[in-house]
Amino acid sequence: MRIELERRRQQSPLFSIFSPFLALLLTVLAGVIIFWLLGKNPFSALYSFFVEPLTEVWSLHELTIKAAPLIIIAVGLSVCFRSNNWNIGAEGQFIMGAVAGSILPVLLPSMQGYIVLPLMMLMGMLGGAAYAAIPALLKTRFNTNEILSSLMLVYVAQLFLDWLVRGAWRNPEGFNFPETREFHDYAILPEIVPSSGPTNYGFVFAIIVTLLTWFMMRHMLKGFEVSVLGQSTRAGRFAGFSNSKMVFFAFLFSGALAGLAGISEVSGAIERLQPVISPGYGFTAIIVAFLGRLNPLGIFAAGLVLALTYLGGEAAQISIGLPDKIADVFQGLLLFFVLGCDTLINYRVKLVFDRTVKEGGVS
Amino acid sequence: MDLTQAVILTIVTAATPLLLAAIGELVVERSGVLNLGVEGMIIMGAAVAFAVAKLSGNPYLGALCGALTGAAFSLLFGFLTLTLVTNQVATGLSLTILGLGLSGMIGESFVGQAGVPLNEIAIPVLSTIPFIGPLLFNQDIIFYISILLIFGVSWFLFRTRAGLRLRAIGDNHHSAHALGTPVIRTRYLAVMFGGACAGLAGAQLCLVYTPQWVENMSAGRGWIALALVVFGSWRPLRVLAGAYLFGAVTIGQLHAQALGVAIPSQFLSALPYLATIVVLVLISRNRRLTLMNTPACLGQGFVPDR
Repeated sequence: MRIELERRRQQSPLFSIFSPFLALLLTVLAGVIIFWLLGKNPFSALYSFFVEPLTEVWSLHELTIKAAPLIIIAVGLSVCFRSNNWNIGAEGQFIMGAVAGSILPVLLPSMQGYIVLPLMMLMGMLGGAAYAAIPALLKTRFNTNEILSSLMLVYVAQLFLDWLVRGAWRNPEGFNFPETREFHDYAILPEIVPSSGPTNYGFVFAIIVTLLTWFMMRHMLKGFEVSVLGQSTRAGRFAGFSNSKMVFFAFLFSGALAGLAGISEVSGAIERLQPVISPGYGFTAIIVAFLGRLNPLGIFAAGLVLALTYLGGEAAQISIGLPDKIADVFQGLLLFFVLGCDTLINYRVKLVFDRTVKEGGVS
Repeated sequence: MDLTQAVILTIVTAATPLLLAAIGELVVERSGVLNLGVEGMIIMGAAVAFAVAKLSGNPYLGALCGALTGAAFSLLFGFLTLTLVTNQVATGLSLTILGLGLSGMIGESFVGQAGVPLNEIAIPVLSTIPFIGPLLFNQDIIFYISILLIFGVSWFLFRTRAGLRLRAIGDNHHSAHALGTPVIRTRYLAVMFGGACAGLAGAQLCLVYTPQWVENMSAGRGWIALALVVFGSWRPLRVLAGAYLFGAVTIGQLHAQALGVAIPSQFLSALPYLATIVVLVLISRNRRLTLMNTPACLGQGFVPDR
């Protein structure tokens, strides 16, 4: 028995919509098996992983806080991936955005006022974009593989942040803890409805970024240029589009958004810099981008789903005593299933039984 | 043993996992498949090798199971990219994410426990050669395997018919298919070989390099191995040279940290990653050389026409 693919004449409209849902269903089924293998009651485990975090107001707030950076980064990555540029260093751009945006509250704490926060956001985007410009420059100038260079820069950014908070930027009144001084009030991203819970304006950024990018990809020439060059550099050249400019656009765009996510996270949730500021948002956002089928609106929904796996991981740790690594396992499986199910959009998958075997003959 | 020898010995030990993972990935890429899941396969190999060695008390069994785990794990990637023709970059990434998660769960109960190290095997006569004897002929079995693999792969790729077929598939899968060469089957075998090598690299990390289990202990070695394949322009002997160069950078920065050089330790730790970028730039800026050596079908999906 083997599996054969037959190319469809045109994309299946059914699976274009349902393949992400099919992938989610398969992930949940895999979850049942995993929990069962670990000797837990699969249904109560699934309940505490996927449902319980949605039943309380405070955990819904947590969900938006986790979802916002994922959505902001993934929307940027979707443009990058669509143009066939593989920026997988968003985690590093997130960190560098956070660092650049923190310059004002950490080094110039005497600068106060309502201008601080917009400046921080702007500097965060610039920081992320500048860091993403490195792989773009290396790709266009020296033909260097952007996957490897952008990924290597993640490790460099992590070490750079570690050095900053233990050295030059360490809080002078902080009893030698490896962290910067706490941000002052003007440098903290406010909560949207303080009486209800801690959801901050990062989530508003996520909504704005999603809508603007959707508009760009759908209704602007730039969006068309991204798709054309992504599908065929040659066709794009005939249309007069420059591929190396597109490489820069894709990296600067996704880097700026990763940087925005970084400074929003630091200014909204952590309120200082510390050695680790991300539980791998930059990598999880890659899954978000694919689960959302590289469409900003789909990504918004996908970001909420992946945020749930973070909360579920924490819940599983507390209520059923599973290691929080289970969240990574679910995320990895989900991406596998998403990619596998996407095959159904372009191909018919057929099971073929070998005739020689069926007839019992000798081959 | 004098100081020079001791330093070279640590370089060799640091280079072996890079070498193993890179030579495996080299074969995979020569067949036209880009597997970015090396990091995930290494860490899975490490977790299983440590667990098996610890539970059975036999590090050899551990190393074997590490390699088998890497091969089995790579099948997941193979099924998706070869049978379902998914995007190889994204699928490789998901293999890495899944590997980091699963290995953390497997290794959780072993954190902080002493491992079961693989001992050196002295080769009679040869190990008594002054200077190089203790370096090359008094090593653990994984080192010997890594060296044999380099020369074995080199011979296989460039001196055998099967190796020629594998390279042909990597350079033009449609022509190879038209000539009756089994494209998908060959690629499955290549991917599994790559997985086994990465798994063995992981076993080396937790049975030889630092005999314990630490979460995420592969620390980007899978990615450096991928860069080494480019650095070596898909040729085994150049990959060998590259791996030892990187081993030297890694060890050099560790020694510099130990000596208390007035450079912050984080900058020294970043050296291997920065060196990877520099090396990639230097190699790939020569477009002609890269074009000549890169397997032409690298990373492209293949659906046979029937």
